[in-house]
Amino acid sequence: MSAFAGLLRKEWLHILRDRRTLLVVIFMPILQVVLFGYAIRTDVSAIRLAIVDPSPDASTIELRSRFGATDAFRIVSVLPNAGTLDRLFASGAVQEAVVFDADFANRLARGLPARILIVADASEPNSGSAMESYALGVIQGYERDIAVKGGAVRIIPEARMRFNPTRASSNLFVPGLIAFVLTIISALMTAISLTREKETGTMEILLVSPLRPIQIIVGKVLAYLVIGFVSVLLVVAEARLIFAVPLRGSLLLLLAEGVLFILTSLSLGILISSRTSSQRVAMIGALAGTMLPTILLSGFIFPIESMPWPLRFISNIVPAKWFVLIARGIMLKGVGLEYLWPQTLILFAMTIVLVAAATRSFRVRLA
Amino acid sequence: MTASPNEAVEARELTRRFGSFTAVDHITFDVHVGEVFGFLGANGAGKTTAIRILTGLLSPTSGTARVAGHDVYTESEWIKRRIGYMSQKFSLYEDLTVAENIRLYGGIYDLSRDTIRERMASMLERLGLAHAARTQVRALPLGWRQKLAFSVALLHEPSIVFLDEPTSGVDPITRRQFWELIYESAARGTTVFVTTHYMDEAEYCDRISIMVAGRIEALGTPAELKQQFGVATIDELFVRLARPTAGAAG
Amino acid sequence: MTTSSSTAVRIDGLVKAFDTTIAVDNVSLDIATGELFGFIGPDGAGKTTLFRILVTLLLPDAGHATVLGRDVTTEIWDLRRRVGYMPGRFSLYPDLSVEENLRFFASVFGASVEAQYDLIAPIYDQLAPFKDRRAGALSGGMKQKLALCCALVHRPEILFLDEPTTGVDAVSRREFWELLDRLKASGLTIVVSTPYMDEADRCGRVALMQRGRLLGVDAPARIAASFGRPLFTVSAGERYPLLLATREYRNAATVFPFGDVLHFTDRRDQLRPEQIASELREYLRERGFGDVVITAAAPTIEDTFMARMGEPERAA
Repeated sequence: MSAFAGLLRKEWLHILRDRRTLLVVIFMPILQVVLFGYAIRTDVSAIRLAIVDPSPDASTIELRSRFGATDAFRIVSVLPNAGTLDRLFASGAVQEAVVFDADFANRLARGLPARILIVADASEPNSGSAMESYALGVIQGYERDIAVKGGAVRIIPEARMRFNPTRASSNLFVPGLIAFVLTIISALMTAISLTREKETGTMEILLVSPLRPIQIIVGKVLAYLVIGFVSVLLVVAEARLIFAVPLRGSLLLLLAEGVLFILTSLSLGILISSRTSSQRVAMIGALAGTMLPTILLSGFIFPIESMPWPLRFISNIVPAKWFVLIARGIMLKGVGLEYLWPQTLILFAMTIVLVAAATRSFRVRLA
Repeated sequence: MTASPNEAVEARELTRRFGSFTAVDHITFDVHVGEVFGFLGANGAGKTTAIRILTGLLSPTSGTARVAGHDVYTESEWIKRRIGYMSQKFSLYEDLTVAENIRLYGGIYDLSRDTIRERMASMLERLGLAHAARTQVRALPLGWRQKLAFSVALLHEPSIVFLDEPTSGVDPITRRQFWELIYESAARGTTVFVTTHYMDEAEYCDRISIMVAGRIEALGTPAELKQQFGVATIDELFVRLARPTAGAAG
Repeated sequence: MTTSSSTAVRIDGLVKAFDTTIAVDNVSLDIATGELFGFIGPDGAGKTTLFRILVTLLLPDAGHATVLGRDVTTEIWDLRRRVGYMPGRFSLYPDLSVEENLRFFASVFGASVEAQYDLIAPIYDQLAPFKDRRAGALSGGMKQKLALCCALVHRPEILFLDEPTTGVDAVSRREFWELLDRLKASGLTIVVSTPYMDEADRCGRVALMQRGRLLGVDAPARIAASFGRPLFTVSAGERYPLLLATREYRNAATVFPFGDVLHFTDRRDQLRPEQIASELREYLRERGFGDVVITAAAPTIEDTFMARMGEPERAA
């Protein structure tokens, strides 16, 4: 056998005999195809819709039922006036609202053009425009059908993008970017740092010393916590100064939530490192366990609502998802804890669970 | 410099510098064909650098050297083909079987399939490893791995083989069995160039050299050197030579 | 010293296995306070695993051990303050300087370099010129000394050194043992492991270890003397042919190269040594080794080790 053929054969054997890597290499793409295929959707479905109908009559009810009939929308409330709309948008209960003018039915009946206001929550990527066009589609469908029957109506839709009127994409990405940066620093760097100690053998000495596990962990991660914090400040400053991303809510709250999220990611990093003893594996583990879910399933880039339910379910246990909601809420919607307390509570609970698990898993001995 | 086919290795004023640091400082020595040559020195004395030059992995800064008749500057690829190499760190692929390792190295050195098969059979027979041909190397005890690695280094019947601390950590009986393999191959005409930290192994060599701070401070047969320096063991000789510079080492 | 008893380490039936290998196979022995005790054996003997159990890093599968009177599985925090440990490969932080490494290890134990300086001074003085150099850039001998300082800086009551001389040149090895002698003189109990048989003679008592088992525990001189049969050195001009010829001698029991001579034992141990020697001399002269020299020799630890270890492991 020629030398080169021998080398090829050897490399092939190495791959075949390294079961773990083989599994990852074969099943990872399969998993990714599923994830990417389902997660990357620019179409939206089950948009949470509110209808404001001050003077219901045949035409408004007809339109309402058309909105209700499509899968694209899910009517969550029908309101007599727009008073509570703000709150519904702020809490995220409603993603889009169709507001009929008070004399909509009247004007339509008299053959005059009538207005409908379409308000969409544009703090979600892609969704803002998509939601608007779906609503327009329903309205235009109604107009056409009337025309076919021989009548004529003119409806003038007016669209408003809430929270992100210019639909600047930077506004959409920055909150998710903060989550991403924090994940890298907290999870990835921590995992690598801990496994590096194991590889060089210095971990043995640390373990044999009177240092308690909690001291070793905190000592390790405090530096990264500070770096992560500074990083967040830099990202926010950059976003504000260069891209004019709004910060409508409280900066303090944002930073506090940021610290909470850092703790969560750190615990994840520690958990990953406690199961591995090589930096290489720790890196792959951290990437697979934190970065990939953060990019795909946190709603950072791809809207969660359009994913099939298994993925939506999984996204609930991705800490980044909750942080992205919180960050968006604070930066773009300008809301505070009064609306974000559920998400904060969930993140808090996750942090506690993960910190406890990480401390337990950090063994006092080598084995 | 005239080519002298009688010497397996010829080095004249061989020097290697790294920036301002001289790792190998004008060393001059020969290794005769068929001899077992012990190349000793403290860590950091320049041994590893010198070996890298002689095995074609590093080019010298100045001076000349020929290995197996080939010039280290211009014919390093030839050198790599003609020598065998085995070190403590680089041995056999652990997740490949014994037979696979042998076939791989046979292929790398351009041996025909028949040749490989013949030599593998006789090698395994001699080592008593015939039943382990399909065992992964990682399942073999350390001593057997070392002996096998040595035999594999000789598979392509090189004229000179370089061994870098081949018996580290191995039990005393296996160590001696290893050296008997070395004697055997030297008796067949292979030149063996070996480094070791076991001073009693230095005595097994026909001639030894001791490097201190980049220079060769002793060169000769063990008996000659012991007499010359008035010591009873090579260990004492080593200490005698290295102690003047022991404070500066590191 | 806070230990009340004169036994520093007590090991009783310790067993530890990994997957299919038994690393420590029913080991029992005592180490007295103030001893310089050596575990002698090649790679795979189980020395590192045993040490890790004794310094509370591993849990044994069976058996007990106490160090300084404290159980290694239950009283670990108490022990960790009192034990000094130097693992194999001198685990230091390569990107920290010599001084930074030392300060860190001191702080971990709540000690300070200044307070304990008298203990480490003889060693650290050799390192002082390099105190700002990154530990990764040190030579093997220097790393070894630094690692020893780091293990001592908190003034432990007992020191465990796992293969501190492996991979280090002969000169540094000697210097290291001289340091250990000085430390022992200060009353410290020192437990060392090494694959180098000649280092056994520098210990007060040694345990020979091979594949998880003890081959003997005693003072080095007594172990060597326990060889039990007459031993001869045989030398002639041509080493390898001599070796082959002697092996073919029908009365040969063991023939091993030892430096510039061969060590020979005869199968017939009842015979008088003079007779063994003369018969061998005659045989070798007939084989052409007219200049052969045969003398009775005192066995070394290595001879005893090899006699007791039996056959080297089967290949599979």
